[in-house]
Amino acid sequence: MVPMPYYLIVGAVLFVIGIAGVILSRNLIIMFMSIELMLNAANLTIITFSRFLNLMDGHVFVFLIMAVAAAEAAVGLAIIIMLFRNRETIDADKFNLLKW
Amino acid sequence: MELIIFYLAAVVAVGGGLMMIMQRNPVASVLYLIVTLVAIAVMFVQLNAVFVGALLIIVYAGAILVLFLFVIMLLNLRGEKFAEKRTRLDRPTRIILAVAFILELLAMFKQVAFPGRMDELMVQASPDFGGARPVAELLYTKYLFPFELTSILLLVAIVGAVVMARRDEKDKKRGI
Amino acid sequence: MDLKLATIDLGLIAPEIIIAAVAMLILLLGNVVRRRTILAYFGLFGLVAALLTALPRWGNPASGFYGMVQADNFAIFFKIIFIIAAGLTILMARRYLISHEIESPEFYALLLFSAVGMMVMAATSDLVVIFLGLEIMSVPLYVMAAFARHDVSSNEAGIKYFIMGAFASGILIYGIALVYGATGTTDLRRILADWGFFEMHSQLFLYSGAILVLIGFGFKVAAVPFHMWVPDVYQGAPTPVTAFFSVAPKAAGFAALLRIFTYGFADMSQLWAILWILAVLTMTVGNILAIFQDNIKRMLAYSSIAHAGYILVALTAGGDGAVSSAAYYLLAYTFFNLGAFAVITLIDTRNSSTAQIDEMQGLSGRHPFLAAVLALFMFALAGFPPTAGFMGKFYIFSEAIKNGYIGLAIIGVMNSFVSVYYYLRVVVVSFFARPNKEFEAVSYTPAIFIVLVITAAGTLILGILPGYWLSLARAGIFQFL
Repeated sequence: MVPMPYYLIVGAVLFVIGIAGVILSRNLIIMFMSIELMLNAANLTIITFSRFLNLMDGHVFVFLIMAVAAAEAAVGLAIIIMLFRNRETIDADKFNLLKW
Repeated sequence: MELIIFYLAAVVAVGGGLMMIMQRNPVASVLYLIVTLVAIAVMFVQLNAVFVGALLIIVYAGAILVLFLFVIMLLNLRGEKFAEKRTRLDRPTRIILAVAFILELLAMFKQVAFPGRMDELMVQASPDFGGARPVAELLYTKYLFPFELTSILLLVAIVGAVVMARRDEKDKKRGI
Repeated sequence: MDLKLATIDLGLIAPEIIIAAVAMLILLLGNVVRRRTILAYFGLFGLVAALLTALPRWGNPASGFYGMVQADNFAIFFKIIFIIAAGLTILMARRYLISHEIESPEFYALLLFSAVGMMVMAATSDLVVIFLGLEIMSVPLYVMAAFARHDVSSNEAGIKYFIMGAFASGILIYGIALVYGATGTTDLRRILADWGFFEMHSQLFLYSGAILVLIGFGFKVAAVPFHMWVPDVYQGAPTPVTAFFSVAPKAAGFAALLRIFTYGFADMSQLWAILWILAVLTMTVGNILAIFQDNIKRMLAYSSIAHAGYILVALTAGGDGAVSSAAYYLLAYTFFNLGAFAVITLIDTRNSSTAQIDEMQGLSGRHPFLAAVLALFMFALAGFPPTAGFMGKFYIFSEAIKNGYIGLAIIGVMNSFVSVYYYLRVVVVSFFARPNKEFEAVSYTPAIFIVLVITAAGTLILGILPGYWLSLARAGIFQFL
């Protein structure tokens, strides 16, 4: 049996990697994927707690979060496509027309 | 045995995550994220979440990330485009930062969440825990309202994506 | 197999259903009906119909869908705010969209969908439903920020808003995950009921979860230090969209925050210190940075941060009185902030406009009415009597004092004095500055005129006769079932 906190630690580490990716990366697509990683860290945490509490509710949450991730992916990628058409770059530092 | 699988999955997940954010080439990044997701799915299965584990691979890795890949290919973004990239923080600083973050978290969890008794509380799961059927039952009873909300959310996302990505007269004139 | 299906009471979510249905119809009719005016007014009609179905519920709260829907007075009060904000935005947006050649039926549909998300957020006591409502609210807003597709600053606003918004959602859902782990539920009513039974390690998860939830919403309501995206997005987005951003998502975020922190996590005493710091930082940084802005949209962005700070004071103070003062302030703020943005939208309808404060030179000579209402809204934002801004601030700060947060109230009042400087600057420029060149005339449409009259009337009525509205807000506190 794997002790419960191990899973939580993996989840927390993945979450932090996701945050670091958003803050440090300069490529919009990688920033966006880091956000996906954060959502999945949350998913792992929820599933762990769900098993620990012996409640199935968490599985439903993960299901709903996947729908949210899909919606965000669709809109976010569409915005990125539009941006690329107008600017030919997805380097976050190039978007400096407005003060960041 | 289970512990070994867990360690493998954990190392792959964390390693994949780290590699993902350190890549210059977004295509490689997407592939590393898929690796991470598969490792997470392994942990899901270890936690008896068979159904959502399968969903994670089919829907997440199979559809959402392929969408990412598709967009990257569509925009023809390759590593070269980022060749002149200066890093906002130089690499050693980044690594130190990341290690510090992780150590901090480990310390936090070790101190408070490890009194050893949490795994004693882990109860034996009922045989159909994590199967498709209990998930479906919950979805259509207790979580009916949020479930319906996701349909609106997905509709909104479709409309939004179409509005953003369509080419109108002005785009055609500019030949893009 | 016996599957007990949910008892479905559609009456509880009738306003949401109506608005969503109207939005879908607008999408469908968009290709058939050539006259866009009809679509815009159809959207307004949907909002009015939703309002009429929401109002009869006042006073008889109900709960349904296994407690996922809470149709109490609090929810109805906020639904009214969202309907007013969405309706006025439709009225003022049309002219601007046409002059910038970006009008399309999808705009109205997305606006309405966003309002549906806000209503869901305000009318539930379940964290997961709040999260879903937040997403339904935010996804259309990302698109609307980037709606001027050929304008690069609008594109930038869209992508920045999207990245920050999705980042905030990620933090929020991780926080919800920790709360779920600590308590075994996401229902705020059960969290409150089971308070004190949670074990030590659960407490840790609960606190870190609560803090992450606070950070997630901090991004959404633009609290310092999570505000960096606000000025850029407000400046870059199309002006009517900015107007909507500055009131409705903020009200929705605070509706959720009020539910979560003054109800579900009410016993989490250590959190109040964090909220205190957050409120002080938000007020002070917002007001001080607003002084240095030359672009009026950017100035109002910092001003909206400062106003989030005032409402955070109410959140910190806690208790029924503070909740109703926050609700009252949000209603008042909807009127005068939307009004201010309506004036700017009208001026910004000219394509030459850069929305600089100096551009207001000569406004009073050319358009006395416009200058007068702009001055009224600026006075309200600064908190002068007899406007609604004064009464709102007065109630919030007196609630803070009543609950023993005297220091916080003093800092708030001092901040209000600071804010007078930059609001009055706009008034002074539009009335007294000697214009370098003739003010380029703008043409009213009846719709914008109606918006200005409604917002000005709202600002004055809420300020002069606050008793009735405040008693409504008092009755509008939570009645959980």
